[in-house]
Amino acid sequence: MKKQVKVLGPGCAKCKTTYNNVLEAVKQLGIEADVTKIEDIEEMMKYNVLTTPVLMVDDVIKIKGRVADINEIKTLLTA
Amino acid sequence: MFDWLQHFADWLIYSVFGLTHGSKVGDALNFFVFDTIKIFILLGLVTFLMGIVNSYFPIDRVRNFLTKRKWYGLDYFLASFFGTITPFCSCSSVPLFIGFVKGGIPLGVTLAFLISSPLVDAVSVAMFIGMFGWKTTIVYVVSGIVLSMIAGYILGKMNLEHLLTDWVKKILENKQIADEEFEAEKKTFFQRLPEIGKEALGIVKGVSLYILIGIAIGGLMHGFIPTGFFEEYISKENPFAVPIAVILGVPMYSNAAGVLPVMQVLVQKGIPLGTAIAFSMAVVGLSIPEGLLLKKVMTTKMLFIFFGVVTACIIISGYLFNLIL
Repeated sequence: MKKQVKVLGPGCAKCKTTYNNVLEAVKQLGIEADVTKIEDIEEMMKYNVLTTPVLMVDDVIKIKGRVADINEIKTLLTA
Repeated sequence: MFDWLQHFADWLIYSVFGLTHGSKVGDALNFFVFDTIKIFILLGLVTFLMGIVNSYFPIDRVRNFLTKRKWYGLDYFLASFFGTITPFCSCSSVPLFIGFVKGGIPLGVTLAFLISSPLVDAVSVAMFIGMFGWKTTIVYVVSGIVLSMIAGYILGKMNLEHLLTDWVKKILENKQIADEEFEAEKKTFFQRLPEIGKEALGIVKGVSLYILIGIAIGGLMHGFIPTGFFEEYISKENPFAVPIAVILGVPMYSNAAGVLPVMQVLVQKGIPLGTAIAFSMAVVGLSIPEGLLLKKVMTTKMLFIFFGVVTACIIISGYLFNLIL
């Protein structure tokens, strides 16, 4: 099944790094995934987050408040 | 504590590189080597220690802690205190703000957290120890917490809720006490260590460029500006020095890593310590980019009140620092 990956963050450097890491991880794994970036704060607040960036896989918050590196994301995506 | 490092810097610059002791270039380089290594050691230590505390008290837990019961004013202290141990990225300020008020934390308490979080953090603490020593660091940390409490309390008493932006007001109408239990990660201390170390390393890496630039500028000034140079212009007796320094600092956007090495040299060259600390607080605590982010939740009028109250508190503490330091 296609993984749904969401990166939440208002566009700061950390959020961009996370987003790029996700794209890279997906590419390296060679899997199909929907990667979306949520930059709108009102939208973001629906997920009840306190710190950004947030990484969600299939609507479950996996990582918040820090940048996840590529290997970590690969583990999350294959789990 | 750092005698060995000074010996090393002396040896490297004067013996290995063969520069003359007392020459401008030699002194500037010596300062650069000594300060850079010292700051990185301190920064590693402090971010790691705060990382440990933060691993046990992450922000979600702080929020639940504050919403769980009535604190009768003690919540201002708790918010300001937890603000200091929580690493803060300015782009988190809006989600954090909403998350706090939505959970039923009073506006003033939320603002106290928002003020103290960038003002006192691992980076500024490490820089202060390295640049100005323990006594000044303690004064800075304590006054940072007290300042956030007072500014938060004043703002809370002003009942500014009607000045929030409309979508935030809507959220407040539907607010609910967060009853979701924070599930603490059940990890042993040693299982947490790798992650804490990685976090700390990330923070140090993130500010390292600022530190190098700050110390390089400081080193140049150290070698080339005569001691006491500024005393003529900015003295303790000049009553306008503090407010002018603070108002200049507010729009500037930098972190403690970039500002404090320069401040240290300015103090050596005759700027009063209190004035320098107040300036640093203004640079680190308030900035135009932060204001722009907060515009999402505050109307312009409220933003001005918020910046005004915090600026006034920083100016007052600047005068107090000059009296006691």
